[in-house]
Amino acid sequence: MPEMTYREALRSTLVEEMDRDPSVVLLGEDIGLYQGTFRVTEGLLERYGPKRVVDTPISELGFIGAGIGMAMLGLRPVVEVMTWNFSLPAADQILQNAAKVRYFSGGQVSVPLVIRGPNGAGVQLSAQHSQSFESFYGHFPGLRVVAPATPADAKGLLRTAIRSSDPVIFLEHAALYGVKGPVPDGDHAVPFGQAAVVRPGRHVTVVAYSRMLHLVLAVADRLAAEGIECEVVDLRSLRPLDVDTVAASVRRTHRAVVVQEQWPLFGAAAEIASGIYERCFDDLDAPVERVTGEDVPAPYARNLERLAFPDEDRIEQAVRRGLA
Amino acid sequence: MQPHAESLAVSVETLLEWYRTLVFVRRFEEQTERSFRRGKIGGYLHVGIGQEAVPLGFLSAARPDDVFFVSYRDHVHTLVRGTDPGAVMAELYGKLTGTCKGKGGSMHLFDVARGNYGGYGIVGGHLPLAVGAAYALRYQGTDRVCLCFFGDGAMNSGALHEAANLAGLWGRDGMCPVVFVVENNQYGMGTSVDRASAVTDLARRFDAYDIPNERCDGMDPVGVYEVATRVVEEVRRTGRPYAVEALTYRFAGHGAADLFQPYRSKEEVERWRQRDPILLVERRLRELGALDDARAAELAAWADQRVQEAVAFAEESPEPPPEELYRDVYGE
Repeated sequence: MPEMTYREALRSTLVEEMDRDPSVVLLGEDIGLYQGTFRVTEGLLERYGPKRVVDTPISELGFIGAGIGMAMLGLRPVVEVMTWNFSLPAADQILQNAAKVRYFSGGQVSVPLVIRGPNGAGVQLSAQHSQSFESFYGHFPGLRVVAPATPADAKGLLRTAIRSSDPVIFLEHAALYGVKGPVPDGDHAVPFGQAAVVRPGRHVTVVAYSRMLHLVLAVADRLAAEGIECEVVDLRSLRPLDVDTVAASVRRTHRAVVVQEQWPLFGAAAEIASGIYERCFDDLDAPVERVTGEDVPAPYARNLERLAFPDEDRIEQAVRRGLA
Repeated sequence: MQPHAESLAVSVETLLEWYRTLVFVRRFEEQTERSFRRGKIGGYLHVGIGQEAVPLGFLSAARPDDVFFVSYRDHVHTLVRGTDPGAVMAELYGKLTGTCKGKGGSMHLFDVARGNYGGYGIVGGHLPLAVGAAYALRYQGTDRVCLCFFGDGAMNSGALHEAANLAGLWGRDGMCPVVFVVENNQYGMGTSVDRASAVTDLARRFDAYDIPNERCDGMDPVGVYEVATRVVEEVRRTGRPYAVEALTYRFAGHGAADLFQPYRSKEEVERWRQRDPILLVERRLRELGALDDARAAELAAWADQRVQEAVAFAEESPEPPPEELYRDVYGE
């Protein structure tokens, strides 16, 4: 299997899907001439021209809304948000139009739209640029929400997203663009709503997604030296949410820790913990442990930012508590 | 403003057809208000009484394969486009046979087969959709155009600014054949245009986006049609956006709950009623000798009967079954 970065996985999928289907178009700020803020769209303007790679003004409400309209008329737009924090001016478009128009039209229209860009914290961008939107968008029926952690899943989920007939919230992570990993050749696609057991283990189930998965895997390595075996589940999709895979793992390990970067209240970890309790309460030997970001706006200072988000030490402590 | 248009080439037959349509949609809307008061229609109900000339004129000027988006005041647009009145009434009654299987209601009438991409309930929220739809029509190599109807209230939303700017930009390359139709009925709910917009000449605000624009009388269907025909064809030819502010008036309240209307005077309403689009067309037809009292009564009876047929269809139609609750959330 060839190795490539998360960024290359995304870019090569865009190329493959644009080559395959002329209805795929890209829109976003500085995706063309500038080559993309995180260079995911590098070279694509030259390759496909300005009608398919559309540089937009700083106007998220406008161009995300326009992307929805394009999708309703049969195009497959992939809209880049420079970061998901900038999607808020367009929240009305995403939540009130994209998520619902199929429903309130009685199934007369589809919105085959992908909105993609970096989500989350950890690179000292302070309060307005460090938020995680998975539970915000995950709350709304009609949307799909995915958050790949690896290059293989970035490729596989993006392909599924572009071919989907539903609007997809595609959450990347700024800290992952340079991460390398093996990526299957060919038409590799990962279905929505399938979590993956990425590391088998007997003693405790640890659930994560996106950047947090990498911290969890590092902790699992550390603990393995002591003979503690973590079973690590990567959610990959948040809507639909594959609680069954999580519960099946918990039935084997009888203990669970859920890790998220976002704030604790109404977060993904609460939903997953609730799903575990509903499905396999009697299998649990201990309460589900949650590891989350602190309940404060993201600070700038490096030391404070470190305190604000889960790190390996805090995840390790939570696993040990879960095992106690 | 003077009614246009003895000069225009609208045949007597067309004018008579419009008269029939206007009488019918007026009676239809009056019936929806009665049905609302009787509890047959729930939610919000925004009728188009008084504003009919704008959708009638524009949709008569458009081709059948052109598409449109509209605000929540969408009944008249849907009816004049030819959607079965029974299906429209059934939608308002929340029935399975409605345009959207009873899942949209008054604010979300769709008929995609006829190019009706829907009514939208958030003021200004559908403007960017129309701009994207227009782009898609050009991208797909067609010469179809997109009409985007919205009220004066939407002019002060951020969505207007962003949608119009994108349209102006994409129009430079001939990639945005959208007609912005401002249905200026003088009030955003109870707030008059001069209390809501720093610049009350709404058409002129499109200058800021390099979008050609004009104002027109929105009460006279012939005048609207004349403007619309010219504008739609220009947009079709150039792929550039165009904005028309049609000055119109709603005789009814904002919604069914707007009973007392403390924001406007009876005299003002009465003044506008003198320019009721039905009156204007009727007067012209009588002058042309194409309509007399007997014929008018006949048409009114025909319209009433058609409305009652729509009501009967809605009454007799089944409610959506419980499993419809879960359908149409996702495509696959």
